[in-house]
Amino acid sequence: MSHMHRRTFLAGSAATAAVAAAAPYVHAQKKGGTLKFVPHADLKILDPIWTTAYITRNHGYMIFDTLFALDGNLKLQPQMVDKWSVSANNMKYSFTLRDGLKFHDGQAVTAEDCVASLKRWGAKDAVGRLFMASIGKMAPTDRKTFTIELETPFGLVLDALGKPSASPSFMMPARLAATDPNEQVKEVIGSGPYRFVKDEWQPGNKVVYLANKDYVPRNENPSGAAGGKRVLVDRVEWRYIPDALTASSALEAGEVDYWENVPLDFAPGLERNPNVTIFVTDPRGSQGILRPNHLQPPFNNKKARQALLHMVDQAYYLQAVIGSAKYYKVCPGVFMCGGMPYEFSTGAPGKQDLDRARRLLKEGGYDGRPITVLDPADSPYAHAPALVTAEMLKKLGANVDLQAMDWSTMVARRGKKEPPAQGGWNIFHTWATSFDVMTPAVASVLSGAGDKAWFGWPTSEEMEKLRTAFTREPDAGKRRQIAEQVQKLAFDEVPFVTWGQFVVPGAFRKNVQGVLQFGATLLWNISV
Amino acid sequence: MLPLIARRVLATIPVMGVVALTVFALLHLTPGDPAAIIAGDYAAPQDIAKIRSALGLDKPLLTQVGVWLGNVVRGDLGTSIYSGLPVTTLIAQRVGPTIALTLFAMVFSVAVAVPLGVWAAWRQGSWIDRLIMLLSVSGFSMPVFWLGFLLVWVFAIQLSVLPVQGYQPMAAGPWQFLRHLILPALTLSLVYMALIARMTRASMLGVLKEDYVRTAFAKGLAPQRVLLGHALKAASLPVVTIIGLGFALLIGGAVVTESVFALPGIGRLTVDAIVRRDYPVIQGVVLIISGVYVLLNLVIDLLYVALDPRIRY
Repeated sequence: MSHMHRRTFLAGSAATAAVAAAAPYVHAQKKGGTLKFVPHADLKILDPIWTTAYITRNHGYMIFDTLFALDGNLKLQPQMVDKWSVSANNMKYSFTLRDGLKFHDGQAVTAEDCVASLKRWGAKDAVGRLFMASIGKMAPTDRKTFTIELETPFGLVLDALGKPSASPSFMMPARLAATDPNEQVKEVIGSGPYRFVKDEWQPGNKVVYLANKDYVPRNENPSGAAGGKRVLVDRVEWRYIPDALTASSALEAGEVDYWENVPLDFAPGLERNPNVTIFVTDPRGSQGILRPNHLQPPFNNKKARQALLHMVDQAYYLQAVIGSAKYYKVCPGVFMCGGMPYEFSTGAPGKQDLDRARRLLKEGGYDGRPITVLDPADSPYAHAPALVTAEMLKKLGANVDLQAMDWSTMVARRGKKEPPAQGGWNIFHTWATSFDVMTPAVASVLSGAGDKAWFGWPTSEEMEKLRTAFTREPDAGKRRQIAEQVQKLAFDEVPFVTWGQFVVPGAFRKNVQGVLQFGATLLWNISV
Repeated sequence: MLPLIARRVLATIPVMGVVALTVFALLHLTPGDPAAIIAGDYAAPQDIAKIRSALGLDKPLLTQVGVWLGNVVRGDLGTSIYSGLPVTTLIAQRVGPTIALTLFAMVFSVAVAVPLGVWAAWRQGSWIDRLIMLLSVSGFSMPVFWLGFLLVWVFAIQLSVLPVQGYQPMAAGPWQFLRHLILPALTLSLVYMALIARMTRASMLGVLKEDYVRTAFAKGLAPQRVLLGHALKAASLPVVTIIGLGFALLIGGAVVTESVFALPGIGRLTVDAIVRRDYPVIQGVVLIISGVYVLLNLVIDLLYVALDPRIRY
């Protein structure tokens, strides 16, 4: 290892020290008790590698730990890793684990566990696959150290190890990481701040976690998913309450402490309650997505997709979907706005221009056939934009077939490549949290891999080249330039259209302190 | 009696078989893909295909139904596609709250509605009769979810005397158990109460016109004795039928009530499974519920024999 220089290590350490020095940890919160938490969905799947569902990711953060993690300012910090180094040519990395890391079954976390976990994650996650494809050798060198030797350049090694969302590279024992990534692990054993209590797990009702007394937090202040994960409660109970009015009433009556996602029409009522605080845990929020089907006319034609770009007035969509201006913002960039690492306005269309949209739709060969818009009526952030899109398309003179269905039907239907008349589709709407769209590498909506791309199946060799160049580029400045080119290309080829950026607030009672801001819900550092 | 029970129990087997096949066919004809839901919103199509294959959902429908029926015959209802837990475990986790809720609601309904129905019939045409019928029409017309939220607002939010939601098993103490059931049971029972009261009244009105009732009054028997000892027994057959069928209504109503009060019962298990297309869970629950219905019908038939000696099967 002597031939490796310590540039990255020093940079990482300096950043860590800066975080620690900027906000010295003052312990004023009380300890003990039970945090009663109402999650946004029911936890049915326990393996965060098997699914990309956000609820399982949040569960993953309770149970598992990561080698690196993003802090509140989206800077990568070491988490399970104590020190690391990288060779001068950025082709060989070495990572050494912190002392005292233990799995919930009492076994020490070893480098072998980390290598096995990375392999399982890398077989499943989109960024993980790119990472694994660039690796020549990954192996432990002793119980606490492992090395990664790249075969082809990969500039996002630390970013991959600290990937914050669906799916983070969580570490698990090697015996569990040996499970086929297309099957669920049979046990839930991590080395994170909480233990999962399987006997008390009732899918559809309750999930119970106990503080992991063996967990050794880092010394730094907690910040995002990085820093010291201090557990201040003895027990956390997730209580799934499917009805929003019931959840709201339970919070007001003090039967629960923290409600993760408050529907926006409930926020004004809770804001009036002096015992409740409304709080935006993810200030960057989510991006609304309108996805055209690139295989079927008219949106197999670039001009017709550009018509959608000029049709969308984000403010109009956001007012219809979200309603309150304090919870949304108009954002021209494809990588979102508000302190994002790749925030640009390059290539963005100006104001809504329906005349131009009409002209482009016609030039795109639209022949008057019905445009099928999928409308999952049980999902407010997909239903409302579907209604607005249908209205806007009619303004363009299009014949619209708005098909109401439930979310489960929609996720099956969008996988169909057939023409709309044979069960396919033309447009669907969804949304993604900032972590899943903030770089060209993680943004599935930008993939131009044709059949292998995300639903809608855009084909763009140029986009794939740029995305590959982005992942291989070790220099952060150059990566930024590539990301800007990606955005420019995205506004020309229009793989998707964003209908705006919004946040969903949470609410907790006054006794709850220390809630962290992050793009995933984190339940350490909280006292009740 | 025993041959009757044996015959009827045996007759349930083809009924359950038809139910099982119908449910299986309906579910698999319904659009939706559990593999796509499991994989998550940003999974690649090829990952969804792998999960579908791992779960056996890509096999021909006949193979899937064969495997499932084979397991059911061996008493194995399968495992949840999502949680990986056995369906029997999930049902066992949820059956307690639903039984407690339906029984509580049933006892409450019968205890209130039958006397009211008898009283209304006895005072036919009076203001008492009209008031009881007005209340029963109102109760019957009130949406369960609306009533539930109204009760929560009054008793849990404004008066803070009862909890908003949740369930506590008997092991947590009788009072904890009961106080979590009062509002859901009241919500659930009101519709049912109205139904029983109206049926009791109608049935009693018919019986009160019978000669033997007139004779009983002519003999100078006390009205309570005539009403409860003679008339009610004869009028009880349709009431018992309604009570039995009402269990079915209660289980249906429990779906809404369990959602409003966040009770972890069979109703919510079913709804969650339907929303996510968790086929084994839906099939298992429907099979069990249909079995309960068949058994309830058997119990009602047996009660007929006990209440009316003229009835023979």
